[in-house]
Amino acid sequence: MRAMLLILAQDLRRRSKDSTLLVFAIVLPLGMAFMFDLVIGGSEGPVAARYGAVGASPFPSSPALPPVVPVASEQEARELVERGRLDAVFVTGPGSIHVIGSVDAPIAVQVAREIAESAALPLPGPPPIEIVEDATAATRELDPATHYAAGSAVFFMFFAVLFGFTGLYAERSSGTLARLLAAPVPRASVAAGKLLSGLLAALAGMAVLVGATSLLMGARWGHPAGVAALCVACVLAAMGLSAFVASFARTAEQAATWQSVMATAFGLLGGSFFPVGSWFVQLTPHHWFLRGLADLHGGASPLPSLAVLLGVAALTLPFAARLVRA
Amino acid sequence: MSALLEVVGLRKRYKDIVAVDGLGFAVHEGETYGLLGPNGAGKTTAISMIVGVLDADAGEIRVAGRAPDLATRAMVGYVPQQLALYPDLTARQNLRFFSGMYGMRRAQARTRIAEVLELIGLSDRADHAVATYSGGMSRRLNIGVGLLHRPRLLVMDEPTAGVDPQSRTSILDSVQRLTGEGLAVLYTTHYMEEAERLCDRVGIVDHGRMLTEGTPSELGDPDLESTFLRLTGRALRD
Ligand SMILES: Nc1ncnc2c1ncn2[C@@H]1O[C@H](COP(=O)(O)OP(=O)(O)OP(=O)(O)O)[C@@H](O)[C@H]1O
Ligand SMILES: [Mg+2]
Repeated sequence: MRAMLLILAQDLRRRSKDSTLLVFAIVLPLGMAFMFDLVIGGSEGPVAARYGAVGASPFPSSPALPPVVPVASEQEARELVERGRLDAVFVTGPGSIHVIGSVDAPIAVQVAREIAESAALPLPGPPPIEIVEDATAATRELDPATHYAAGSAVFFMFFAVLFGFTGLYAERSSGTLARLLAAPVPRASVAAGKLLSGLLAALAGMAVLVGATSLLMGARWGHPAGVAALCVACVLAAMGLSAFVASFARTAEQAATWQSVMATAFGLLGGSFFPVGSWFVQLTPHHWFLRGLADLHGGASPLPSLAVLLGVAALTLPFAARLVRA
Repeated sequence: MSALLEVVGLRKRYKDIVAVDGLGFAVHEGETYGLLGPNGAGKTTAISMIVGVLDADAGEIRVAGRAPDLATRAMVGYVPQQLALYPDLTARQNLRFFSGMYGMRRAQARTRIAEVLELIGLSDRADHAVATYSGGMSRRLNIGVGLLHRPRLLVMDEPTAGVDPQSRTSILDSVQRLTGEGLAVLYTTHYMEEAERLCDRVGIVDHGRMLTEGTPSELGDPDLESTFLRLTGRALRD
């Protein structure tokens, strides 16, 4: 235990001299939070679209839907959209509906188009689809700000974890790993001491992202204890999977490449950036992390997701011992 | 004289080559044993298994009569063939870190580090980064780390490779002084005169097997180098 802490302390002290730790723990996640703040924008909550209508509004006003501002004419609508006052305006005439949209708000405009299309459908009689309010389903979805914040946090975290592995590879190439292995220190302590710096970098980065996105983007992560548990479990799973992949590599370079490929592939498949509607999403820790957060958000128990993440960690972390060889 | 290190039938295979093939020998307290062999003979592989860096495929290793465990590792000092130091740290910081790995307490370590720095002649450069050291200074520090925790057995893999005669003499003198105090030394070298001068016994290995064993004078007819070349041949090795 003492040896493990000494290895960790020395690792952190030596790495603090270069800026990699800082970049991974603070600069990257903060940069990402700012980027998403720019892309998604605003802190008004999940739906921030500002709509207007010339003529009748295509949907009845409701507190769940964005308000629709009455606009006098098509001419005025164009002006308002151009000046960025409104994202989109519905222009309803007799038997027709079209949308004037701002190029700066593609999502809001797309949504407006869909609304217009559905309103344009001839609907004789009562609507064929009745919307049943399902409170659980509605709240067990993450709002976009939180989804993107969490998705990018877990994506970035996979790379921060690799930080610990580079320390281990460096120890091997400097020959000092042989000395550590000859010392009266269990191999698991050597592995843990080296990989812990990656764990700390990953957790620090996630904490920064959780904090920053809550403040800047209005992301709502949920109960801190649950979020913390999901973060720790997900970091452990990421470390285990990275160790698993690396344990089949012949060289440090190969291991690093495979690990990055895995981190990127999981990020893309796991729905970090865009939803992927396939069963194989469930093979990624990203999915379980996001799902755990959604459950937490909707008042359901995140325990199933936690169990999956911890199970993956338990199965794969022992492979780290295979990396501790001279 | 009891055997501090006993090796029996040690074996290690890398894919298609058998690097160590049933090697056996013993090193006694206060004894300096030289493992001699051409490049690729399996010396480093054997030493790596003895110090616990590499797992053996077969064979038995006993340190002070015990199967290797964490406690026997604490009795062994290891000087790897490749320099094993943190170049961005100073000599003192390197020594301090490794003293922690051997469970030495801070106060105890401080005095011992000063002693070791004196022994390897690095006291006045102790607080410079290792990256600024000459090859000889780094070699000396490499040995110093192995001596730090007062091992009973010092295992050195080519400790004097690429070192000038001054550093070599200084290294060998300090090792000889320690064997006078009961330290057992197992070491490898390609310098035959050095082995003749320093070793109580030598073993000549090739292809992972022990070819012959004896005192330098027993094997030195007319000298150790002739015996070495007669036994291992003149063909170039990898
Ligand atoms: N990691 C490895 N993978 C595959 N083969 C290896 C490995 N390490 C050593 N070998 C092979 O095992 C044999 C013994 O190598 P070893 O390094 O033990 O020799 P050595 O006696 O120490 O040589 P030298 O005097 O050059 O240091 C050589 O043929 C070498 O190529
Ligand atoms: Mg060698």
